[in-house]
Amino acid sequence: MARVLLQVPATARKGEVIEIRVLIQHPMETGFRVGTVGEVLPRDIIRRFACTWDGEPVFSATLHPAIAANPYLAFTARAEATGTLAFTWSGDNGFAQTETRRVTVTG
Amino acid sequence: MRRALAALLLLALPAAAPVGAEERRSGFADMTPATQAMQRDDAANPGMLWALEGEALWLAPVGRAAKACAACHGDAAASMRGVAARYPAMDDATGQAVDLAGRIALCQVRHQQADPAPRESQPALALAAYVGLQSRGLPITPAEDSRMATLRAAGEALYRERRGQLDLSCAQCHDDNAGRRLAGSVIPQGHPTGYPIYRLEWQAVGSLQRRLRGCMTGVRSEPYAYGAPEYIAIEAFLMGRAAGMAVETPAVRP
Repeated sequence: MARVLLQVPATARKGEVIEIRVLIQHPMETGFRVGTVGEVLPRDIIRRFACTWDGEPVFSATLHPAIAANPYLAFTARAEATGTLAFTWSGDNGFAQTETRRVTVTG
Repeated sequence: MRRALAALLLLALPAAAPVGAEERRSGFADMTPATQAMQRDDAANPGMLWALEGEALWLAPVGRAAKACAACHGDAAASMRGVAARYPAMDDATGQAVDLAGRIALCQVRHQQADPAPRESQPALALAAYVGLQSRGLPITPAEDSRMATLRAAGEALYRERRGQLDLSCAQCHDDNAGRRLAGSVIPQGHPTGYPIYRLEWQAVGSLQRRLRGCMTGVRSEPYAYGAPEYIAIEAFLMGRAAGMAVETPAVRP
């Protein structure tokens, strides 16, 4: 399991736009580099990130080889109802990770 | 070639005054606002991923003794506060100076009866980052020990020794020309305030020894092996030189 830093407010007012920031530990090996004895290092990147709010997509991104290691994403979502945010990263070599956070919406 | 040319150009410039205690500045001050913001914000600082991993390692029982670090030291926030700020320090059992990573490895051998992770491996850096984090914001306070004074003098000699095909000493850049530019980068004063650091160039966390190695190969000298006493001596000198500056671990650097 890769280490993840998630910045998600635990509570929000109804209609408020909240900022969500996610950072995941991943080498993002491009597939274009060579190792110490000249062999090409196979590509190992995260291909896709998606965030859903109670199953409804709020943000997604496709990642590419030029993106730095430990990719950081910041995006916003409008808080409509109390629910669970699910963050999913998937990529090469069967990489798949999901984290969840609950956001309580008041008012 | 370009780097060599830049070094030659630098040498042609008149030498600036040596860095005095009152005008010391952390490499943090020379970074772009975006990189500074990355270090300030724990949710954006990738070094915190290593610290997070270090916390898990701190709590995990390992070795033939099946003891976690926490079994002896308890809560790191209390027991490890200020520890990173006073290393390198003497290890009384061996009479040798050790840096923080070396101390952690000794502890793993003696008390956990475990095989320590090699230097610069992810678990070793993660634990060092986690222990270092507990001293963040505290002033660097080198140990007052006559043996350490000897070591610091040895480290200063290495710092001022010209080396490599470019025949440059550490001091010629980091004392005489700090604040000027080497190609596009500002030359920092070389205070080791934030190690282990997350370096954008590395895209990973690395130790001061890795950084020193980068400078040594940069002047085309042969770097020492990781864990060599020369590195410990240089670190001891640099920490003495940075005494009183705040620990920034895990810092971000370009």
